[in-house]
Amino acid sequence: MTEGKPQKGLVGAYPQQESFGRRLWRDLYRNRWVYLIALVCLSWYFIFCYAPMGGIVMAFKDYRPARGLWKSTWLGLKWFQEFTGGYYFARLVRNTLVINSLGLAIGFTMPIILALLINEIHNSRFKRTVQTITYLPHFVSTVVACGLVVNLLSYNGLLNQITGVFGKQPKLWLSTPQYFPWIYEFSSLWQELGFNSIIFLAALSSIDSQLLDAAAIDGCNRFRRVWHVHIPGILPTILLLLIMRVGSMMSVGYERIILLYNEATYETADVMSSFVYRQGILGGSYSYGATVDLFNGVINLVLLAVFNGISRRVSEISLW
Amino acid sequence: MKKEKEWNYGRISIGSRTFDICNAILMILLCVVTLYPMWFVLCASFSDPETLVTSSGVVLYPLNFSTVNYHKVLAYTPIWQGYWVTIRVVVLGTTLNLLFTSLLAYVLSRKNLMLKKLITGLCVFTMYFSGGMIPTFMVVKGIGLYNNLWALIFPGLISTYNAIVIRTAMQGVPDELAESASLDGANELVILFRIILPMVKPTLAAIALFCAVGHWNSWTGALLYIRKAELQPLQMVVRALLIKEKDLAQQGKFDVVKEMMNQTMRYSVIIVSTVPVLCAYPFIQKYFTKGVMVGAVKG
Repeated sequence: MTEGKPQKGLVGAYPQQESFGRRLWRDLYRNRWVYLIALVCLSWYFIFCYAPMGGIVMAFKDYRPARGLWKSTWLGLKWFQEFTGGYYFARLVRNTLVINSLGLAIGFTMPIILALLINEIHNSRFKRTVQTITYLPHFVSTVVACGLVVNLLSYNGLLNQITGVFGKQPKLWLSTPQYFPWIYEFSSLWQELGFNSIIFLAALSSIDSQLLDAAAIDGCNRFRRVWHVHIPGILPTILLLLIMRVGSMMSVGYERIILLYNEATYETADVMSSFVYRQGILGGSYSYGATVDLFNGVINLVLLAVFNGISRRVSEISLW
Repeated sequence: MKKEKEWNYGRISIGSRTFDICNAILMILLCVVTLYPMWFVLCASFSDPETLVTSSGVVLYPLNFSTVNYHKVLAYTPIWQGYWVTIRVVVLGTTLNLLFTSLLAYVLSRKNLMLKKLITGLCVFTMYFSGGMIPTFMVVKGIGLYNNLWALIFPGLISTYNAIVIRTAMQGVPDELAESASLDGANELVILFRIILPMVKPTLAAIALFCAVGHWNSWTGALLYIRKAELQPLQMVVRALLIKEKDLAQQGKFDVVKEMMNQTMRYSVIIVSTVPVLCAYPFIQKYFTKGVMVGAVKG
């Protein structure tokens, strides 16, 4: 054991000419407990993150469970050609872009506006109540939230009862393709609006109050102060989240999709991830599913890198 | 005095007053829109099934109060099985999440490790790229976790994001504490568990709560890795009842389907499965701002 030995005081005390290997060896020995912990954690990463990445080779093979990954025959880019040339490709890309554009236009901007509005409430009790209530749906599970939507929008559900009061015919909302993106967007807005505003509220509260005073002395009214002080103050936060949002423009999580869609709305509801689930897990076309996943993953990585790079050039704000 | 107040708040002008009033009305409307669906579900679940079906318009209170829906839901055994599975996953999963994520965070928080860049790089890379659903599924199946409760815990054991959050908190602990402990003969594990972790307790508590809620609400793990009916967590049972009643019909459970066609029962299913989270909500509230940083674990 290392009891009593000063462990840290010696760092840098070794002569410079010592070889890298020796220094590494010393470092490994001195911090052996830390490295042991690191090894335990990294073995998890290797099993559950890196092994699947290795498994991606199945995208280039004709994977058959009976033969195993190594003995399956190589197909090269056949699956990619099949996917990009196939019937579903355009539909999946279009649906993904439509859903994400709506998300950008509504799901991204609304929390910012809400944060600015909450910030303008001066009665602290009212403010806290509004926050408590709007954050609540975030903690309701996606299954329950979507189950709620499915039931409220069903033929004899709440929405048809309400529109019925105004003399409208009941509709099958969830089986009508053109409504799907909106239903998707508003159900996630209901869940995430308040919660997503927290980060902007935190940014707003860290704005230096001297700036606000200075603006007031210079004759800014409330609206101009929001425009000239509050919004510039949270702009870095907005930009950072925007990079992430635009960087994942080609990905939509499959959870909410597969809870809300049905055969009648595949046309507007099916996205890459739900397609992978149906083809790969339900349909058993593992290679094809892995191909679509890989295609999507690479596009996302490239998009994120590109927008991160642009942002770093323009505003010096970046993820890495 | 009055002048100064105007500078600080600008509340005197008529425009500003009008804005305050409009803002308050807007916020109240938002709260109503947010709460009404939940209130409706609560009322509907306590309503008499037939009265509710024949009613029209907006429900503001239970119609013809009755608890018959709850009797039926509570008598449906898969709900209780689901509860038990979920409770086990929440307890085991959250404990292990915390343990391994803070172990990793400790490694990442250490200074003077020659291989730290490599370790950090290996962890962070997984935040931006992953093998995807199918290869992960093959790995989980390959190591024998298919149809096993651990399949709901191991694949999400460590969250790099949370590890970075804890690491940041750990870096705030003064080096002198760890140094003096090591002079007193404490080894790494003692330093971690007796000195560092107690210092970052608030962060750990926030992460624990969000992990627990995440596990309670998660269902995709079971969707992919669990086939056995008796291992289905609560959310999968709820999904089967609320959304996928056709699948139940295919399994020949017509009596359940017939009951569930009666919408009021579905509303009581929602209440029964959501009550625990609502009970935890006041505790979670304390950690909202921290939770945003931890939000990545949502299920």
